[in-house]
Amino acid sequence: MPRVIYVSHDGGQKEIDVPVGTTVMAAALKNGIDGIVAECGGVCMCSTCHVFVDENFISKLPPADDTEEAVLEIAAIERQPNSRLSCQIKVTADLEGLIVRMPEKQR
Amino acid sequence: MTSAGTVIIGTGLAGFQTAASLRAESYQEPITLIGEEPHIPYQRPPLSKGFALGTQDRDSIELRPQKFYQDHKINLITGQRVAAIQPVERHIQLASGSRIPYDKLILAVGASNRLLPIPGAKLDGVLYLRSLDEAIALKECLATAKNVAVIGGGFVGLELAAVASSLGKSVTVIEALPRLMSRVVAPIISQYFVDLHSGRGVKVICGASVTEIAGVSGKASSLALNDGTQIDADLILVGIGVVPNVDLTRDAGLPVSNGIAVNEHLQTQDENIFAIGDCAEHPCSFANARLRLESVQNAADQAQCVAATIAGKEEIYRALPWFWTDQFDIKLQMAGISHGHDRIVTRGHRETGKLSVFYFKQNRLIAVDSINRPLDHMLGRKLLAAGTALTPEQATDENFDLKTLAQKPKST
Repeated sequence: MPRVIYVSHDGGQKEIDVPVGTTVMAAALKNGIDGIVAECGGVCMCSTCHVFVDENFISKLPPADDTEEAVLEIAAIERQPNSRLSCQIKVTADLEGLIVRMPEKQR
Repeated sequence: MTSAGTVIIGTGLAGFQTAASLRAESYQEPITLIGEEPHIPYQRPPLSKGFALGTQDRDSIELRPQKFYQDHKINLITGQRVAAIQPVERHIQLASGSRIPYDKLILAVGASNRLLPIPGAKLDGVLYLRSLDEAIALKECLATAKNVAVIGGGFVGLELAAVASSLGKSVTVIEALPRLMSRVVAPIISQYFVDLHSGRGVKVICGASVTEIAGVSGKASSLALNDGTQIDADLILVGIGVVPNVDLTRDAGLPVSNGIAVNEHLQTQDENIFAIGDCAEHPCSFANARLRLESVQNAADQAQCVAATIAGKEEIYRALPWFWTDQFDIKLQMAGISHGHDRIVTRGHRETGKLSVFYFKQNRLIAVDSINRPLDHMLGRKLLAAGTALTPEQATDENFDLKTLAQKPKST
């Protein structure tokens, strides 16, 4: 199982083995990562699963679609070029070691 | 003496989020989260969408795993009915007889399905959908059903019609009012969804009411409309709205109207008792009216507000309402409260499948509905929340840049 590294705003790290096909958001909720809220349940209606993806992995992700791009406009912490919604990132073998950083707040 | 802490009645999103947000606010006192349903808190929206369709399983709709409640010292009690609230003594009484004391009590008791008041409504094969157990029963019936009738052309009814149609069933939707989702959306949106459903083979009948359900050996087999039409149906899904659960509150002597009456802090007449989510009627600044809203946004934001207040921040509730519905592959996104609008303009075109409707009241933007124009929805949320001025002419002009306007500081 690919390993995903979640880095909280205060720098704390947690490594989770995530089954291929599971989203970075769903794995966070299952494993007690408090920095991801996922209020809408993963349907691109809220921005509370916002993460900053490590530069080395950005190009390995399929680009965000219009809906995700729109949601990032309302993120509680202003979006950056490496901002993504973790509900839209499905883990693949290629993403082994993926690092996502969580914003200071999600709401 | 130790504090009795906070007791939350209701394990839906509002109840769950209150508990989670209290801990996020570093609240240290005991938290008890108690609900009638036998399940740990789960998301309701997928029940009429992915769960019914089979693309989401039970595990994937849990709000958090069981361990979350232990880790956050939330005493989760499922499968227990609350029989009474005793505000003077500050405790609740369970149907089982035991009592739980509280310092603060949160009523997140939700709503119940409005029942169909016609002959035959109790036959087998007549189903409602609100809870996970109802969704499991519905899925089972869907597996073998041939002809599905949906009574009620609102969000839940139409979502289920789309699911049943996608599963290959013959589906008829019957709506009593002249158009679909008429309580919330403009006629152009209603028509978009009539076309969507009709295009996928769903028969949509508006302006007709069901007078009777007939059955064979106790099982529904057809229904009759007020004009005498008979429609074969071995599965009848009723989605005609809900009624708020107010009995406990009324019995406790607290005011109820169309829901449990609360002030801008979401507090009932008793300062230690709050009501949130589907059951609560609150003053909504965006509508200039007292409203009861049934939505994820309302449940989550009200929970957050109450948690902050209990943690000592005295929050006033002023979150912008937003909603969505998924039917087939189309998502309708709604921001604000369109009720009372006196003018609508469109942005985009129905023919291209990309359309937003902007609702105005006395030239002030009050709501935006969007289909396949997600940026309009999100920017609409920003504009509405900030009270930024937008004219109908600007809204309908696709060359007018909403994004720049939404980034501007609030204009007064």
